[in-house]
Amino acid sequence: MAAEITAPPYRVIPIIPSIKPGAMEGLKPFVASDKIQEALGFPGELVEDWEERAIAKMGELLKKYRSLKVYLDACVHCGACSDKCHYFIGTQDPKNMPVARQDLLRSVYRRYFTIPGKLFPKLVGARDLTREVLDEWYSYYHQCSECRRCSVFCPYGIDTAEVTMAAREILDSVGYGQKYANEIIGKVHKIGNNLGLPGPALTDTLEGLEEDVKEDTGIDIRFPLDVKGAEVLLITPSADFFAEPHIDSLVGYAKVFHAAGISWTLSSKASEGGNFGLFIGSYDQLRQIALRIREAALELGVKRIVVGECGHAWRVAYSFWNTLTGIGDGADPNDRFAIQLQKQLDQRYKQPSHICEVTWDLIQKQAITLDPEANDHYVVTFHDSCNVARASRMGDMPGGQFEIPRNIIRAAANKFVDMNEATIMEKTFCCGGGGGLLTDDLMDLRVKGALPRMEALKEVVEKDGVNFMAAICAICKTQFTKVLPYYGFNMRMIGGVHQLVSNAIRLGDK
Amino acid sequence: MPQIEVNGKSYETDEEGYLVNLADWNMDVANYIAKTENLNMTEQHWEVIDFLRKYYDEFQIAPAVRVLTKAIGKKLGPEKGNSQYLYELFPYGPGKQACKVAGLPKPTGCI
Repeated sequence: MAAEITAPPYRVIPIIPSIKPGAMEGLKPFVASDKIQEALGFPGELVEDWEERAIAKMGELLKKYRSLKVYLDACVHCGACSDKCHYFIGTQDPKNMPVARQDLLRSVYRRYFTIPGKLFPKLVGARDLTREVLDEWYSYYHQCSECRRCSVFCPYGIDTAEVTMAAREILDSVGYGQKYANEIIGKVHKIGNNLGLPGPALTDTLEGLEEDVKEDTGIDIRFPLDVKGAEVLLITPSADFFAEPHIDSLVGYAKVFHAAGISWTLSSKASEGGNFGLFIGSYDQLRQIALRIREAALELGVKRIVVGECGHAWRVAYSFWNTLTGIGDGADPNDRFAIQLQKQLDQRYKQPSHICEVTWDLIQKQAITLDPEANDHYVVTFHDSCNVARASRMGDMPGGQFEIPRNIIRAAANKFVDMNEATIMEKTFCCGGGGGLLTDDLMDLRVKGALPRMEALKEVVEKDGVNFMAAICAICKTQFTKVLPYYGFNMRMIGGVHQLVSNAIRLGDK
Repeated sequence: MPQIEVNGKSYETDEEGYLVNLADWNMDVANYIAKTENLNMTEQHWEVIDFLRKYYDEFQIAPAVRVLTKAIGKKLGPEKGNSQYLYELFPYGPGKQACKVAGLPKPTGCI
């Protein structure tokens, strides 16, 4: 008998959105006030000679970052990136195609820095820097979350995020900064974290948390603050102290350290993992913010530095902390404090480590035990956060940053499914709120930018009954809490990987 | 700077309508802001506002969601000590919306 003939299953046909020119034109997040700007050493308001200064700044950046020049020169407008951006997909504004967004800056670069652009601007698409162009930069470079999904598809490997960062750096240098990001950076310097949570409030919050966890589990789980001589310094986003569902992951980290018998501490000086210096493209700010962590580590005498669930913090920690601060290899030999810290840290451990690396290592060594039945009410999926997925790694193998969080979830829960493979791992979609855009004045953009992730989620909700999406980033968690209801989902569907660990970990009698 | 006018007096706010000066706050201003947020203020709302202001006075920041839910739970009973109850009162989120009515600065960060 002949084999039964069946039609192949339907494929999911990628839908390339039609174009709506000008759909997001004029969108403008609040501009930073003079007070906010000046606290960071930027001009308080748009300077009179902004054109001259912007071009000078661009020249400075082109000299400083060879990569920027390469990215501005190399693009051949092949269009491979055009439909890969969540903001283009969600807004249909053609200027949100990564190639077109970059061209807003590239056209000005051509005019002032290339010979054909200087001689025949019209022929090569070169533009003068006018006030309209400057406003367009402000608008569209705040419609990019620097997630770098487009770069995965670029045959030249152009890092679009670097172009966005350069544009924002130029804007800051002429007094045209964004309120949300710059106000937050000011708070880090003044108070120690993005939230502006002062030491006494942090102490009060952590004490309350100890009471709550004791009530829940009957066990004294500590949330230590500023403990000298602790083995581990945990650097985590301040949202973990403040917001839901973030705080449930903080409880998870504490339970892991408790169960494994590792002494640990938080720091009131470095009570923030986030580093918005990255978002505004300022190396200076990036370094200043990172140095607080070194100061805290030296003061507390810790042996290990572990980073909590924060996407861009892990990018900064993994990729830049070594040269910025001496955490990891590669510190400047003339930087006394960096060298001191390298000697202080226990080099048998990866410095820094991600909390997921710590937890997975302990699970494998059977130093902690998880009961996955505790999460049987969940069917779990995992949202890869952009900065972890595309700008870092975990463990010792390529793709560890994808595998390790999934391994932990599988150990903590019996039911796990992945979303469509075109939307996960290195091809993951941004949550829609990254890169300094997690602010109410950009809510329309945030809701639209979440579309592709929501589509992929809907698919597994319908097919597999998914009711929990885990993430390892404070921004992702907040963004989804806000946008899930717009797409008909419960805001409580989003949570942390260590929230699942917290539910499943065996405490006391192992 | 934008302003709001209540009972013939004007008060400075930020772009989103949060009071700039903590000391400007009074019940009338709070009622006015609540109206712009489409909130129908009840005794339960005022309980939350009262707690937020006292906490801010002590710590110079709004309380974490969990601190707030716990305090409300202690005062009004455990069935109300959860964020769901607070979201029913302040649908845009107890953190931001309640702070606005309470005349406190908007909490920002990754929240």
